[in-house]
Amino acid sequence: MAVAPRTPPKKRDWSWRSQAFRGLLYQVIAVLLIGGVVWWLASNTAENMRIRGIKSGFDFLTQPAGFDIGESLFSFDSNNPYWKAFLVGIGNTLRVAIIGIILTTILGTMVGVGRFSRNGLVRGICYGYVELFRNVPVLLQLLMWYLIFTELLPDISEAKNIGPVFLSKGGLTYPGPVWESGHLWILGGLIAGAAAAWAYRRWATTQFEATGKLRSMFWVPLIIVLLAGAAGWVAGGMPNQWQIPTKGEFAIEGGSSLTPEFLAVLFGLVLYTAAFVAEVVRSGIQSVPRGQSEAAQALGLAKGQEMQKVLLPQALRVIIPPMTNQYLNLTKNSSLAVAIGYPDVVSISNTALNQTGRAVECIAIIMLVYLTTSLSTSFFMNWYNSKSAIKER
Amino acid sequence: MTTQTQDNIIVFDKVNKWYGNNFHVLRDIDLNVRRGERIVICGPSGSGKSTLIRCINRLEEHQEGRLVVDGTELSDDVKAIDKIRKEVGMVFQQFNLFPHLTVLENLTLSPMYVGKVPKKEAEEKAMVQLKRVRIAEQADKYPLQLSGGQQQRVAIARALCLTPKIMLFDEPTSALDPEMIKEVLDVMVAMADQGITMICVTHEMGFAKAVADRVIFMDQGQIVEQNTPNEFFNNPQTDRSKDFLSKILGH
Amino acid sequence: MADTIIFQSKPAREAPIKTEGLVPWVKTNLFANWQSTVTTLVVGALLLYYVPQFINWAILTATTTTNADACRADGVGACWGVVKEKYRLIIFGRYPFEEQWRPLVATLLMVGLLVASCTRYFWSKWLIIGWVVVLSAFFILMYGSLFGYFDVFGLTKVTTDRWGGLPLTIMLATLSIVLCFPVAICVALGRRSNLPAIRTFCTIYVELIRGVPLISVLFMASFMFPLFMPQGVTVDVLIRVVVGVTLFAAAYMAEVIRGGLQAMPKGQTEAAASLGLSYWQTQFKIILPQALAMVVPGIMNNFIGLFKDTSLVYIVSLYELTGSLGLALNSDADWRPYKLEGYLFIVSIYFVFCFAMSRYSLWIEKQLNKSKLR
Repeated sequence: MAVAPRTPPKKRDWSWRSQAFRGLLYQVIAVLLIGGVVWWLASNTAENMRIRGIKSGFDFLTQPAGFDIGESLFSFDSNNPYWKAFLVGIGNTLRVAIIGIILTTILGTMVGVGRFSRNGLVRGICYGYVELFRNVPVLLQLLMWYLIFTELLPDISEAKNIGPVFLSKGGLTYPGPVWESGHLWILGGLIAGAAAAWAYRRWATTQFEATGKLRSMFWVPLIIVLLAGAAGWVAGGMPNQWQIPTKGEFAIEGGSSLTPEFLAVLFGLVLYTAAFVAEVVRSGIQSVPRGQSEAAQALGLAKGQEMQKVLLPQALRVIIPPMTNQYLNLTKNSSLAVAIGYPDVVSISNTALNQTGRAVECIAIIMLVYLTTSLSTSFFMNWYNSKSAIKER
Repeated sequence: MTTQTQDNIIVFDKVNKWYGNNFHVLRDIDLNVRRGERIVICGPSGSGKSTLIRCINRLEEHQEGRLVVDGTELSDDVKAIDKIRKEVGMVFQQFNLFPHLTVLENLTLSPMYVGKVPKKEAEEKAMVQLKRVRIAEQADKYPLQLSGGQQQRVAIARALCLTPKIMLFDEPTSALDPEMIKEVLDVMVAMADQGITMICVTHEMGFAKAVADRVIFMDQGQIVEQNTPNEFFNNPQTDRSKDFLSKILGH
Repeated sequence: MADTIIFQSKPAREAPIKTEGLVPWVKTNLFANWQSTVTTLVVGALLLYYVPQFINWAILTATTTTNADACRADGVGACWGVVKEKYRLIIFGRYPFEEQWRPLVATLLMVGLLVASCTRYFWSKWLIIGWVVVLSAFFILMYGSLFGYFDVFGLTKVTTDRWGGLPLTIMLATLSIVLCFPVAICVALGRRSNLPAIRTFCTIYVELIRGVPLISVLFMASFMFPLFMPQGVTVDVLIRVVVGVTLFAAAYMAEVIRGGLQAMPKGQTEAAASLGLSYWQTQFKIILPQALAMVVPGIMNNFIGLFKDTSLVYIVSLYELTGSLGLALNSDADWRPYKLEGYLFIVSIYFVFCFAMSRYSLWIEKQLNKSKLR
């Protein structure tokens, strides 16, 4: 006789010896304990601050900072308030982090792929690079680059140059365009070109699916974007004014420049992190079983198609999560800029802390900035991972 | 024999292959396979069976001798290799389906990108093949969501999508449970009736008896004995094959 | 049957074209096709141009006398005299010169035990006792007294602000990794607990710490920690930093251990439960021993990371290896120009330690994979 299905009973046993009760009890104890410790620390802090006469609160943010900042994405002087100084710091952190991430990805991927080169010399150099750079503390590397950029390079008056690019103790100076409104047209052209290239790719894909005729998915879109950019340049009145640096007696005049501090942080972070990224790329490529490549070959796929359709999509799933971790590490390590005086958010907070004595607030700002970056990235990554995970049962 | 040459779709002529300097895996292989012939290769592990069939679509390259597949001699010539691979389908022991593509995408990938077939047509053909291996309802699932037997049937369908003249099977049932072995063998038996040339490395003696025109027994990189299944199983000629058969049929 | 043919195997021959040995290697790895040949020539030319220059600077024209004037006169090559002159200051920091045998002995003890801990032969209860003994010996030797009250063996007391250099680097890394273990195990278990409050706390802790740079934790230890303590209680800066680094390392270590716990098959827990073991018995007798063995490479990598990260304490004015180099050279106008040589010296120290540890980590990973196959 079949028994009719029914729902399970909901009742829980709340006796002294039940699992449910025990679980609740442990949690209450844990909450009380942690709450107690936090309360104790907070009350100690409040008491200490009262006795030492330390003011608390974020009101200092609106007071004038009273210090200058060496480099900034926007104009800043010592009369500006603290909050603006912090913004300068955050801007500088993001600037070095974003440029660093781009360069690290390029270098790390090259080195990681180089580990599989058919050329033994290339393999050896890539291996040596990875082992050397990841086994030396990044702070030490930063300090060494700073030493090289500020003491071992020639003086400004004897700056080395390749054409109009000057390198000296004063940093790197290079020609930059004189910005005018015509440049906006180039930007507009590039954006329009990107849209057109995207449309072309969609058209090419549908054509491919309908007729089986393969069209270039890379070179043609690239040419479209470049042509559109050039058209924008013509439409904008062909702005061609460049600021070319020239060597003066005591300084290099004109042009755009990068400070030695920025260069040292960038070099140190990029070379260090790229060694790790190279390992991530290498293990990602290795993670795809040999059989996948054999099956693709047995199906007659060409080398490029095998890479693009079979190996890369699988390797990327393995590569992307640890790669994001490395990007976050690079961003967090940019805090070491404080050691050589690049005005990132930690360095600014440190100065503010020493001037105002508001340790809690300044450290909270540092942590908040990094936590926001890290947590938002990891939320995005979790979403991405669950979306791109290979479905199994 | 010589009159039959143009009927031979695969010709091995004194083929030798080494791994490294000293590991001599294939030794003077001479073998002719007729169009439409169904061959089962068996032998102890390490005897070079897999290497032999992997030479046919150049997953492995031989170093000495001639190997002609459907009139094309295999050499370093890239065009020749591309041509051969379109004509030779292969099924692996570990399935080697692409886990990031759906079953249907696995089947249409090669027809679309290698065969330059429009997507719709490729999908229709793929569905025909999936029906043939009795798995059409799983088309939109991902390979790892299927059982081993289902995966192997998908792999067979994928190889068939290029309408190959030759099908190679490299121990297709060795990674499967007994129940699943049957569903895969059923598909292979059904395929055998359709005139495709099949070379199958397997130890499934029932399959060999039911389907094969010829059984080849290999040991130490050489073809020790070849015969019709009936003769081979009932009346083996060499001591080595007797010994081998007594072991695999012993229980 | 009488007509059985005896199978005569053809003898194996050698391959007609060699693929192993020096000449084939060079051919396939350096000159396989024209792209490879061009690469080899370009890279080889660059190496031939730069390597001799470096050797020339580092060895051939280098000066090794401990005389800064000689270096200045020479002017071309490296000046290793700076290392010869300053190595004790770099390695031992500001530790009193006559007493430097003490950090030397203490560090050797610690390194010796570290090496022993990495050898499977020594994995037993005695190792824990060994650690207790060596850590106490380390502090007694370095500090010269017990808890600051009792003098031991007539050693002079050396306060922690004078500790520095390599002993400090090794001590910070080792102590933090040892101390972070219990915390990390609890947090890792907590993150997998089915009690929501405990799980939430552990998750918040791990994500919070992993989301911020170590430097902010060190700032906290240095600037905020004194505010946390009740009125009148002062804690040595070294201890504050150790606490900070330990809490930082624990979050990362917890994630490594959690990875091991997750990799454990469910059957182990079920088998333990069916034998009537309690939760804690199951964890400590069955799950953790296996999970920890599984993640030894991860633990090693964490340790290497921590070893390198200790260089950051220089920013909160503790003079470990990186800091003590600055200490040794920044104020000495004669030797300051040769800081690069000093950097290269400590780079090689860090490299030797980290490289050795990463080799060990790889080796043990292979061992683990082997035992998994059996």
